[in-house]
Amino acid sequence: MSVLSELASGLLSGKVRVVDLTQTLSPEFPHISLPPEMGQAWPFRIEEVSHYDERGPAWYWNNFSCGEHTGTHFDAPVHWVSGKDLPNNAVDTIPPRDFVGPACVIDCSKESAKDADFLLTREFILEWEKRHGKIPSKAWVLMRTDWSKRSADAAAFQNYDETGQHTPGPDVEAVKFLVAERDILGFGTESIGTDAGQAYHLRPPYPCHYFMHGAGRYGLQCLTNLDQLPPTGAVVFAAPLKIRKGSGSPLRVIALV
Amino acid sequence: MLTRPKRKNPVLRTRLPTLPPGARSRVALGLTAAAALGRFELQQCRDCATVQYPPREACQKCLSIRLAWRAQRPEGSILADTELHHSNDLFFRERLPWRLGLVKLACGPTVVAHLHESARNEVTVRAMLDRAGQAVLVALPQKEAANMAEDRQLREFTCDPKFRKVLVTDGKTALGQALVKELAKAGADLIWVGYAEPWKKFAGFEELQKIPQATLLPLDVTDSKNVREVAAEIGGKVDILVNNAELHRPFGIANRAGVDTARFEMDVNYFGLLRLAQEFAPAMRSRGADGQASAVAWVNLLSIYAHANFPPHGTFSASKAAAHSLSQCLRAEMRPAGVRVVNVFPGPIDDEWNQLLPPPKVAPAALAKSMVKALQDGVEDVYPGDVAQEWLERWRDNPKALERELSA
Repeated sequence: MSVLSELASGLLSGKVRVVDLTQTLSPEFPHISLPPEMGQAWPFRIEEVSHYDERGPAWYWNNFSCGEHTGTHFDAPVHWVSGKDLPNNAVDTIPPRDFVGPACVIDCSKESAKDADFLLTREFILEWEKRHGKIPSKAWVLMRTDWSKRSADAAAFQNYDETGQHTPGPDVEAVKFLVAERDILGFGTESIGTDAGQAYHLRPPYPCHYFMHGAGRYGLQCLTNLDQLPPTGAVVFAAPLKIRKGSGSPLRVIALV
Repeated sequence: MLTRPKRKNPVLRTRLPTLPPGARSRVALGLTAAAALGRFELQQCRDCATVQYPPREACQKCLSIRLAWRAQRPEGSILADTELHHSNDLFFRERLPWRLGLVKLACGPTVVAHLHESARNEVTVRAMLDRAGQAVLVALPQKEAANMAEDRQLREFTCDPKFRKVLVTDGKTALGQALVKELAKAGADLIWVGYAEPWKKFAGFEELQKIPQATLLPLDVTDSKNVREVAAEIGGKVDILVNNAELHRPFGIANRAGVDTARFEMDVNYFGLLRLAQEFAPAMRSRGADGQASAVAWVNLLSIYAHANFPPHGTFSASKAAAHSLSQCLRAEMRPAGVRVVNVFPGPIDDEWNQLLPPPKVAPAALAKSMVKALQDGVEDVYPGDVAQEWLERWRDNPKALERELSA
């Protein structure tokens, strides 16, 4: 049996499970906020076109609008200034091969529950590798924090106080290590950014954006159901919309387990 | 004195709104134009100075056609008064008995006026808008008395928040918070206070929560679904809707690339009003005659820049002009229910986005006071504070001159 037909029969028999790693797009889902004088991403909004009524008697459909970085979304290298001159750096030119990859899920849920500003370090990753093996090249590294479980409560999900947002993320050395020494495909998180809420204060600011995109790697954020994935062995499908020169896009992320 | 209206029996039929006679000649609309601003103006002959009433085409004394609307002294004395116990007019039929009288004005004419229950002998006459949106004359006691505003007849001309339920669409701003305090002070029964992006704590949140009449609820006028859900939840109880949600960024055309900021302004200032109107207006229209605490008013925070563009804040001005135009549509659609649309045209508000404008700027607390006072006085177009009043006069005098002055 070929690999693909084995996969197909696995799906049919239930040996291979499909896990949805995507949050539902809705107007209530929190969106990224910047200082009010800056340009803003459109939040997700939806307007009914018709609903089996005088505007369209037999059909129901909607118009929706949102920014490229809304809900569960993909970040392309061109999103960050460090990746602006790379080849194939936008969602329409990224090789499709990169939309599928194995996932390494690093469980930081206990640490994040204790400390909303938890930073994933190089040492933490090396500890993880001792238990689950070396991260293979071209893998998605997904930081499980269980942050997605807060999504019903937008205030808890955003977790703002007077000093800004407090959400977990990777530190500078961890990002450099994953790019240079593990050659990963990209980094994924459950919170609203691939960087920590307070990552503006790291050097450089927003290191995951800076180094990941600077090296042509990708980002996934607002993921959910990472607790249903094994530490290794899952395969993630994350194909963004083909927007010309798009810096990212909302997308449906699924994992085969 | 008005006693607190009893709780509504929810199984009783809500009577449909009726209106007092609303037909007016074009010349008579001069009285309405002044009353909309809270002014008492009558026609005066430019040749012989005779003050005219009712409005007419030619002077009743010298037949000159050079009549001009001029502010008049409001004092008068009651010549005769009567209490109406029968009327074939549907509006008055439902409100009998009704007190009317003849008042001899100090400025000359004798007029028929609606009489306040405490009006005796010497009175002050005001031109007020009735539920049909047309000016009528109302005689009030000359001395301001306690609870004067609670007169049953006077409440048919005002939009007094006392005992009414109010929605303030944005509690995040200093103005929104001042409005809640003023409305509570004015005796509003219940004040719903909307706030967008509920995950962002805002200054004043705790203080709002301490006001017993206030109930906070997430409301984002850019989110149709949210507006629809909030309207479904409370829309059938809102007597006064105060739409103070606005987005203001200090840009013209040339100093901001792209249309995103302007689009956000339109989304809040124009489409926000449209969304609210589509979802809240139908229920309010059906409750235009719902007893002493009926649905009565819709207040829009516009801007003096709705009349003439202020180029340094050019896209904001354009969005307010659009909102102003839409509010005229809303006014026409609300009028059959007797629900008044009150437009507020402040000059620059002393807030974050007018930081670089030199004073005078209207303080949020003062603006809130004048908005609540407009409801109590029954005024339709509000130009709060000296700055807005001066702009209004300049605009009325010569719109082209104001355009040039604003772009200087």
